[in-house]
Amino acid sequence: MRDIQELKEIARELRIDIITMVYNAQSGHPGGSLSAIDILTVLYFGGFLRYDPKNPWWENRDRFILSKGHASPALYSVLAKAGYIPKEELSTYRKIKGFAPDGYSRLQGHPAWQGNKHGVPGAEASTGSLGQGLSVAIGQALSGRLANKDYKVYVMLGDGEVQEGMTWEAAMFAGHHKLDNLIAILDNNNLQIDGDVRQIVNIHPLKEKYEAFGWHVIEIDGHDYQQIIDAFTQANQIKGKPIMIVAHTVKGKGVSFMENNFKWHGVAPSKEEYEIAIQELTSGGV
Amino acid sequence: MAEKIDINKLPKKALRDTYGEVLVELGKIDPEMVVLDADLSESTRTHKFHVAYPDRFFNAGIAEQNLIGIAAGLAYTGRTVYASSFAIFIAGRPWEIIRQQIAYNKLNVKLVASHGGVSVGQDGASHQMNEDVSLMRTLPNMNVIVPADSVEMEKVLKKVHWIKEPFYIRMGREKFPVILPENYEFELGKGYVLKEGKDVSVIACGVMVSMALQAAYELEDEGIDVEVINMSSIKPIDKDLIIQTAKKTGAVVTSEEHSIIGGLGSAVAEVLAENYPTILVRHGVEDRFGISGPAWEVMEELGLSVSGLKKKIKEALTKKVR
Repeated sequence: MRDIQELKEIARELRIDIITMVYNAQSGHPGGSLSAIDILTVLYFGGFLRYDPKNPWWENRDRFILSKGHASPALYSVLAKAGYIPKEELSTYRKIKGFAPDGYSRLQGHPAWQGNKHGVPGAEASTGSLGQGLSVAIGQALSGRLANKDYKVYVMLGDGEVQEGMTWEAAMFAGHHKLDNLIAILDNNNLQIDGDVRQIVNIHPLKEKYEAFGWHVIEIDGHDYQQIIDAFTQANQIKGKPIMIVAHTVKGKGVSFMENNFKWHGVAPSKEEYEIAIQELTSGGV
Repeated sequence: MAEKIDINKLPKKALRDTYGEVLVELGKIDPEMVVLDADLSESTRTHKFHVAYPDRFFNAGIAEQNLIGIAAGLAYTGRTVYASSFAIFIAGRPWEIIRQQIAYNKLNVKLVASHGGVSVGQDGASHQMNEDVSLMRTLPNMNVIVPADSVEMEKVLKKVHWIKEPFYIRMGREKFPVILPENYEFELGKGYVLKEGKDVSVIACGVMVSMALQAAYELEDEGIDVEVINMSSIKPIDKDLIIQTAKKTGAVVTSEEHSIIGGLGSAVAEVLAENYPTILVRHGVEDRFGISGPAWEVMEELGLSVSGLKKKIKEALTKKVR
């Protein structure tokens, strides 16, 4: 298992990939990708997610579903780093042409399931229309339990996303069925497209809500590697309850002018902005 | 010519009763199969599967969006999934989730709806789903079937169970006359000529197929020779048969317990307009909402009856002569 310093170096590299993808496409969502990437780095490269990039359909693999599918640059950069797809494929993000069997891109604006004809290996569901990933994760967790398989299903939601009523239908169901093979992460970066989540429609308090629905809730700083590692370690030991990791994060984390600014939810940087961002990410401490 | 019958004297059976029975049969031979419902399992008859295989049945409660999301999750792992509720709740409420998960990814989920159409009766307009075929037909990858009777329901299920694609299968609440012979074979994308005729064609689905047969027999006495086609497979649709019957009779009436907008009538209109423009009259629920009342009285009131259909057939013949 890699140490924290190595993980941070990986995250630095992935942040550069994210910004480069969005810059190349001149389209995409940098803010919510940057808030999520430290958690994804620990999940995929810190020894928690059980997977084999050479065998994406391995029956006993753990599943990860990015319910907040607009953070697809984060997922795609991770899948390239993990070896599911070649790194050069990242340049096909949001482009017409790419690596799908019919010549179109597999890196759609929002992720398509690996069984979809334009899906990317390693994507466990089609997401992006918000609110659906938790229900899908429940279906996969139920299926695993039914087949006596020990795989876990991880799913990441956005904070704005839980304004969707469907996520609470799902929360109620998972609590009722005591799905302890389900580990959800809520990327609480406080911002949605139109502004501050608390000002648009407040979703807080989260911990009390999920606990009331029968979940085990862990609250962490989503950029503190030790806290992320401890949360995943604890999540894997909980029995009889689904697990919700509420991760407090910074939207745009790592690029100074993007941090905590909702305007960077779904906007691509200009050439000048791109160069500043890469300069910061390359030279900054980790 | 087929033997003249009176549909009112035929045995009747609700398609949902057949659905419940066939689910149990299929569950025995397919251990990967799971069934979901949303608090209407007694009404949809999925409770029979629940009793037989309690581990493989999940009740989502009154939460149809989550129902569809979970169905998708189960199908992503390779299972054959059935999800049922009333047509209004399974095709209407979670439509966008059906689109994003089941249709987009061509998942092996069978959405089997009961209580389609206005024969829901006394529950009234809120529960009478006349727009579901339209909503489902427009989705890429989605197959849409409206079986005519319980015999066909069984044949459809036993065929499509093994086709790993999304299906929308629509049933009514009431008992329908059993008009198809036991040796009938359902074929996806194929219509079935129940009665040959030369003056006008009726292309129908669901309960309207039996009414079309009755209308045809009654019109024989008036010297009108009606061809009756069961078009249960609405998507894919039998383009060749539609063109062939239009060429033969020169006038087509579509008949369905669904809005005349977007369903079978529209599907047939699309085929004819693009390939062989023909006089067409659409018989179904007009562009309106239903009303409460006993099922068959509501059907009669909205013109979904043998007499209502006969009027439309005559209208088509009048247009043809002009």
